[in-house]
Amino acid sequence: MRVALFLTCVNDTLYPDTGRAVVKLLTRLGVEVDFPMAQTCCGQAHYNTGYRHQAEPLARHFSDVFGSDAYDAIVTPSGSCGAMVRELYPRMGERARAEGRGEGLARTLAPVVPKTYELTEFLVDVLGVTDVGAYYPHKVTYHPTCHGLRSLGLGERPTRLLRAVEGLELVELPGAEECCGFGGTFAVKNSDVSAAMGTDKVRNAESTGADVLCAADNSCLMHIAGTATRLRTAVRPVHIAEILASTEEEPLS
Amino acid sequence: MSGGTFVGMPAFPEAAHEAVGNTTLRANLRHATHTIRDKRARAVAELDDWAELREAGRRIKDHTLRHLDHYLMRLEESVVRAGGTVHWAADADEANRIVTALVKATGESEVVKVKSMATQEIGLNEALEAEGIHAYETDLAELIVQLGHDRPSHILVPAIHRNRGEIRDIFAKEMADWGRPAPEGLTDSPAELAEAARLHLREKFLRAKVGISGANFMVAETGTLVVVESEGNGRMCLTLPETLISVVGIEKTIPTWRDLEVFLQTLPRSSTAERMNPYTSMWTGTTDAATADGPSTFHLVLLDNGRTDTLADEVGRQALRCIRCSACLNVCPVYERAGGHAYGSVYPGPIGAILSPQLRGTRSEIDASLPYASSLCGACYEVCPVAIDIPEVLVHLRERVVQGGEATRQGVKVTLKPAKGHAAERAAMRAAGLAFARPGALRAGQRIASRTRRFHPRMLPGPGRAWSATRDLPKVPAEPFRDWWQRTRGDRSGGTTEGNDA
Repeated sequence: MRVALFLTCVNDTLYPDTGRAVVKLLTRLGVEVDFPMAQTCCGQAHYNTGYRHQAEPLARHFSDVFGSDAYDAIVTPSGSCGAMVRELYPRMGERARAEGRGEGLARTLAPVVPKTYELTEFLVDVLGVTDVGAYYPHKVTYHPTCHGLRSLGLGERPTRLLRAVEGLELVELPGAEECCGFGGTFAVKNSDVSAAMGTDKVRNAESTGADVLCAADNSCLMHIAGTATRLRTAVRPVHIAEILASTEEEPLS
Repeated sequence: MSGGTFVGMPAFPEAAHEAVGNTTLRANLRHATHTIRDKRARAVAELDDWAELREAGRRIKDHTLRHLDHYLMRLEESVVRAGGTVHWAADADEANRIVTALVKATGESEVVKVKSMATQEIGLNEALEAEGIHAYETDLAELIVQLGHDRPSHILVPAIHRNRGEIRDIFAKEMADWGRPAPEGLTDSPAELAEAARLHLREKFLRAKVGISGANFMVAETGTLVVVESEGNGRMCLTLPETLISVVGIEKTIPTWRDLEVFLQTLPRSSTAERMNPYTSMWTGTTDAATADGPSTFHLVLLDNGRTDTLADEVGRQALRCIRCSACLNVCPVYERAGGHAYGSVYPGPIGAILSPQLRGTRSEIDASLPYASSLCGACYEVCPVAIDIPEVLVHLRERVVQGGEATRQGVKVTLKPAKGHAAERAAMRAAGLAFARPGALRAGQRIASRTRRFHPRMLPGPGRAWSATRDLPKVPAEPFRDWWQRTRGDRSGGTTEGNDA
């Protein structure tokens, strides 16, 4: 099995630890991982802010980089960017067709859509594992991010993986399915509402007594972490890939 | 919504700023929305065929909207056959003129109203007042809003932003000016408040000769109008007056009685979390005054007011499926914190954020800001009983705001210019697009960020200030992932593809 790691521009630039964790985890599970160096950004920020026409070249670029037959799957540690490819690329194709621009874009994007998996989805559905041999002796609460939850329908996959981690105690997060308030440019354009949502998310996590708040998307975690340090809370946001990569021999630093 | 009370609103972020800081308001909203949200989930879970009902509702509405001209003509024929009169109103002003003239023709100077979104949308009460006609709201929550000189903030519960204590104060202070005063020593117990409203309203019902209503549905095949409600005030307004004037948006049409089967299941469960609403009133034309209760004169005012323009938009038209259940408001984390008033319209929450900028256009500051009043979390789409993909329409309207494009205004195709104030963002998006199109440029940017990381400010300038005012920025790592990858795995990586650009 050979997969292309679509790390996302946010992870590449700000959260390289998550990328290293995905490589370590997948390699441990016998998967050959490649990181196509020409990858940049899926175009979600452009698309969701209303710049669909500027997102199109980025989507084409994504397809050029990841469309190779050499890859059995494209794996990303981001529910949100995964949803961009799986849910919104087909929609971009449809819109281009509706605007009389032919089948071009739809045809270009088609090969990457069914091959793209969010990390936990890939582990459970494609590799068929729930116990990835991880060790992480912490009390953890899980925040299902909106796009992972509703666009990709990740469901129980992430929590099944977490429950199988040795030493990990999973505690339920009150109001888990409520948005943390990030929402890309929403966090800046409506910063008061966004901050109020983030504060409630952090307070809810705090109320569980967990020392780690885990999610499958660093964009949401960036907003939660930024709020958490400002509120001086003890809850530490950690990406699920880093927990699943952690072992007794090589614990998460 | 000319004539409405929401003109000249500031953009959503400013309006929301105040609400976020108002702890009483936030507590009221949080309590109310969470209670109804949980109850709705339980009521919906009772039905095994919810997904099928939702799909059926979507299809009926889409079919009707696709053939709306046909069904509206059928509806008109049916209403006329049943003894009613049909009026067509292209916009708010025309609708207000029609209704005012109809009331004046009766010689009456007061009317009772069943809660109606359409008449609020067009600002009917204010238009009537200007002609010396007093309109009395009879829905409990609408009464609270009217007595409090306030604005509705929720589709189903217009006074959701008020708690019991506030309602008691409004009743005690204001009721006497409008009719029967509140009882002496009124407390904030729900039973006492309801009784005070009941006594106050009964006087109005028994006196009024003219009733004004909206409708939840209009059945084209029979000309029957349907109102679903919880309090019985609607039933009183529909049966006691001699003249009934119903003002209804054209999108409320459904083809047949049979179609009601779907909506009478999905609407109450989605809105009040009840299996069936307590009152379902249906009326068809006029009644024979000699043998039955009900109005002897019936007028139906069919309101367009931007709906045909909305229907012309392939993506945005799905907003017209809305059956006004308010489930999207109750589940929305943004509505919960910003409150209904921030949306500057009688339609607040996620549905308001897509409906108002379509009905009114995106020229005003508030309308241009509404498509951004969402984190696109998708909870609204998930609960919508007619499957309106609200996030999809929001993004579509954002595109219209920042890039302009084709739209239909008053039946004419126009090319909209981008809204003002987005030039810097547009430039930034273009720059980011260019950088992302060239992996080498992205990598160079990452390296600069890494090397200068010790000098990064804690507070950002410009629009970024909004982020760093309440949140800390992440620290830029010493080495971006791609550099680590190339350093450690470069020999057997996909580095070959970079050669084109770097």
